[in-house]
Amino acid sequence: MTIAFDIVLQVFILICAIAAITVRDLLSSVMILGAYSFFMCLMWAQMGAVDVAFTEASVSAGIGTILFIAALMKTTRRSRD
Amino acid sequence: MNGFAEMIIKTEDIIVKTIARILIPFIQLFSLYVIMHGHYSPGGGFQGGVIMGASLVLLFLTHGYEESKERMSEKAAILFSSTGVLIYSGIGLLCLLLLGNYLDYGRLSLILNVDLAHARSLGILGVEIGVGFAVMAVMFSIFLDISTGGIEPGEEKKNEKASTR
Repeated sequence: MTIAFDIVLQVFILICAIAAITVRDLLSSVMILGAYSFFMCLMWAQMGAVDVAFTEASVSAGIGTILFIAALMKTTRRSRD
Repeated sequence: MNGFAEMIIKTEDIIVKTIARILIPFIQLFSLYVIMHGHYSPGGGFQGGVIMGASLVLLFLTHGYEESKERMSEKAAILFSSTGVLIYSGIGLLCLLLLGNYLDYGRLSLILNVDLAHARSLGILGVEIGVGFAVMAVMFSIFLDISTGGIEPGEEKKNEKASTR
């Protein structure tokens, strides 16, 4: 049961990580990075590191996403490379 | 007015404003819970401070700068962050003055008039409160600096005029 949960989480983390660096729209990229953080938070909680999971959820998914969006408003939304 | 106006403009959406107004007190209450129970359960000053900062960011995003600057301003953020550092280092130096090591909370039992374990618990709680203050103010300040570029919205036009002269 735990193994299956682990595998599902890891697949989601991998999909989110690859999508975050390949998608062209930077706002979508930030949103996918937030989803990645939440899956990572579930992973930490599953491994028993509840404090790290708490930090991941509040800092990376909460404030980090907001700061990325705030920085994005200062520049263009499309990636040029 | 391009970047700033998009980010912290006053939204007219009544659903967003009402949900934020209802939600913000609960977020702040939760952050206080996280700080107060930080020394024997998951959480602590840093996480609680981040959640408190996130609630202030939500207030600024939904209600705009003009309406919410009386609740939390740049000057208050500076004051809160330095107060947090003062609380942290003050407790540490107090332990140093009581002939212990830096942040040796056991020494606080001499002035708090409680036993050793209780003094340690109270000492770590004080440090967590200090960390929470500092992190809350700094997170809020980083958000405001990124979204406004360090310029107050009222002064933006004045600065443009001054630079063109």
